[in-house]
Amino acid sequence: MTAIIDYGVGNLFSLTCSFDAIGEKAVVTSDAEVIKQADRIILPGVGAFGDAAEKLRATGLDKVIVEQAKAGKPLLGICLGMQLLFDKSYEYGEYDGLGLIEGEIRPIAEVIPASYKIPHIGWNALIYKNDDGGLFKYIKEGDCVYFVHSFYAAGCDKDTAAVAEYGAPLTAAAVKGNVYGTQFHPEKSGDVGLNILRAFCERQAEVC
Amino acid sequence: MITKRIIPCLDVRNGRVVKGVNFEGLNDVSSPVELADYYSRCGADELVFYDITASSDGRKLFTDILCETAKKVFIPLTVGGGINTVEDFDRVLKCGADKVSVNSGAIRNPSLVGEAAKLYGDQCVVISADVKRVDGVFRVFAKGGRENTGMEAIEWIKRCVGNGAGEVVLNSIDTDGVKQGFDLEMLDKVCNAVSVPVIASGGAGGIEDFITLFKTLPRVDAGLAASIFHFGEVSIKDLKERLRAEGIIVRL
Repeated sequence: MTAIIDYGVGNLFSLTCSFDAIGEKAVVTSDAEVIKQADRIILPGVGAFGDAAEKLRATGLDKVIVEQAKAGKPLLGICLGMQLLFDKSYEYGEYDGLGLIEGEIRPIAEVIPASYKIPHIGWNALIYKNDDGGLFKYIKEGDCVYFVHSFYAAGCDKDTAAVAEYGAPLTAAAVKGNVYGTQFHPEKSGDVGLNILRAFCERQAEVC
Repeated sequence: MITKRIIPCLDVRNGRVVKGVNFEGLNDVSSPVELADYYSRCGADELVFYDITASSDGRKLFTDILCETAKKVFIPLTVGGGINTVEDFDRVLKCGADKVSVNSGAIRNPSLVGEAAKLYGDQCVVISADVKRVDGVFRVFAKGGRENTGMEAIEWIKRCVGNGAGEVVLNSIDTDGVKQGFDLEMLDKVCNAVSVPVIASGGAGGIEDFITLFKTLPRVDAGLAASIFHFGEVSIKDLKERLRAEGIIVRL
């Protein structure tokens, strides 16, 4: 069973439907016990980093997620959920993340040419970098996925599994051991996205 | 590189897809859920669902159909029609919409765009403008293109983007249903006025019109059409293959 963490940020309807579509049982929950019993965890999120980080801390779910990830349970952060896995963010201030992957969240405006539109919105191709931890086993390099974001993960080269080219290479997926993150939305990326979720669901806990 | 998007638009009334020419003479085309699934399989990059129902029964039917679609189709869904309040945003977002398009609702209540952007993020709010030339001036029309608001279109669109709209759908009433190509002059003016993605709507008659659109106006992000897709005059797969052969970056 996969626990999709509900901490009041964003809409989880499509994400839940995508697990139904690949035949995996998923539960939307904010209950620490359910998260502890789950085989794997999804950390979703849309909106602003500061708000989301604050909500995770207020509910105490930040500690549960970090504890479970450190115990070896597969964790996938999606979009803002991916950004929360990093050390800190500079989105409208300076906020601490969960610190599970080294790096920081910075505005894409710092690295892309001024002629490019912000947010980076639409379908873009994955360019593979380092080890994907099995996440891309059912897809191929060059497959397109759906992005909507104005900030990106910087300073995480060694854990970057893929980038997307948008006037600069933007981190599209990061993998560190059992901790995974996708800047794009697999639940909105057609069959390619469903195949990424399918691959993630095959990850087993290393130690539990 | 980011790809150019091809977006079929489904006008839904009483649970069925309809399409009008110049907003009149609507014909029943097909089941929205089936058509959405079909388009997704053919390579559509996004879908727009327009609710053209007037009754509350029809509105409930529309959200049921939206939910059914979101269970089967895993590409971005934009919903428009009958969006007048932030509660309307909430109603369709809960059923699987990713973006919400406002048109007459933003004209009636100018603070709607800003309120929704604050609650759901700029990326969620699409300003859809029906624009027509009146005595040489681009004017915004309301109520499905029937009522001239008297507002100058470029200023209106700029104001909406300033208030937080993250995307613009520009529907030219002058070219809609005529099938002689997109309104390049109008689109060029809008692209030069805003820095958010612009989606061209109204006038696609064939594959050549999309090639002309993206080659003439590289700042246009997406092309939207309805009847040419619904009646099988253009297949999305053929269209995207031709675009790629012409050097335009698309998702295949």
